[in-house]
Amino acid sequence: MSEEQIKNLEKQFDERIARDEKIEPKDWMPEKYRKTHIRQMSQHAHSEIIGMLPEGNWITRAPSLRRKVALLAKVQDEAGHGLYLYSATETLGISRDELYEQLHTGKAKYSSIFNYPTLTWADMGAIGWLVDGAAIINQVPLCNTSYGPYARAMIRVCKEESFHQRQGYEIMIKLANGTPEQKEMAQDALNRWWWPSLMMLGPTDDKSVHTAQSMKWKLKRKTNDELRQQFIDQTVPQADLIGLTVPDPDLKWNEERQSYDFGAIDWDEFWQVVKGHGPMNKERMKARVGAWERGEWVRDAAMAHAKKKQERKEKQAV
Amino acid sequence: MSTKNWPLWEIFVRSKNGLEHRHFGSLHAADAEMALENARDVYTRRNEGVSIWVVESKNITASNPENNGELFEPAQDKVYRHPTFYDLPDEVKHM
Repeated sequence: MSEEQIKNLEKQFDERIARDEKIEPKDWMPEKYRKTHIRQMSQHAHSEIIGMLPEGNWITRAPSLRRKVALLAKVQDEAGHGLYLYSATETLGISRDELYEQLHTGKAKYSSIFNYPTLTWADMGAIGWLVDGAAIINQVPLCNTSYGPYARAMIRVCKEESFHQRQGYEIMIKLANGTPEQKEMAQDALNRWWWPSLMMLGPTDDKSVHTAQSMKWKLKRKTNDELRQQFIDQTVPQADLIGLTVPDPDLKWNEERQSYDFGAIDWDEFWQVVKGHGPMNKERMKARVGAWERGEWVRDAAMAHAKKKQERKEKQAV
Repeated sequence: MSTKNWPLWEIFVRSKNGLEHRHFGSLHAADAEMALENARDVYTRRNEGVSIWVVESKNITASNPENNGELFEPAQDKVYRHPTFYDLPDEVKHM
């Protein structure tokens, strides 16, 4: 194809998206669109898969059966979300094995928030409430994104996600209304998860390099700073309601903006964790790669079994 | 691709009797039986279905969007296939 033909196709492509038409797997798309989507969707899938680890840590130690079934169901949902997203990514012409390879070699990233440790039961509350809360704010606009398989996967994800946030907040309510030690545990979890949750919504707008392109392709509807403000405005009253204090001395209601002003975010910490120097980066990768390697014989055995069954069937048919 | 990789399956779910099976997504499984079991866990955790079909993706033949013109445009000028094409006297209320 000549450069001019490609330019022309790109123009038509952009117009289709501007008209709110969806792009489906076999449609022509600019190479950059394909690559950006593979990067974002797989990063999203990897986050769901790695996201199971910090919570999986507490399943066996859940304080009651009610909490245990809920946490188990939530972690299972995350596996499901990872699978929806991986198969949606595969429609762009990359194999599952390549995707795993990228995760396991560190070539692909996952959400930095999962590189923090889950030290107490209250962390299950804080993660559901804050981390899933921030994730929902990020994800809801994606239900309307331009790539059909991604949008459909996200609709499914978003439908299931709201239980996650509620179960987390319920854990926090219970602890905040419990003994002084329990309340302290809840406050400590909020202290540790608050700032990483704000960072989860991405670098500030002036540092975010992909925003303009992502807006055009509807991978983004609002900027990182707008999403962060929305998260803060909706979460602070929820903390107030259960008597917990958001760990930000500069947090203050701004009557004029009808929004909260908040303190400076430590972006050095964010970039350190992104670059692999967070408290749990090594541990997470070790757990993930280990699980994959230890599962190899199971995957091979399943294929061998399937082959044997198939051969037996063919023999009987003769 | 190594023969050890689990093949890809397309999953279709009937959400309740009376409705058709609809494409829900895809997943990897060693064989059809495992694809059914995995589909149950991945796509119907909240009573989304009463029946599941699994089809190995390689068995699906899909039309190419590049041929959409020749495939679908001929239907566009055949307005006489629609009831509104026909003139009826106003007195005829239902037909």
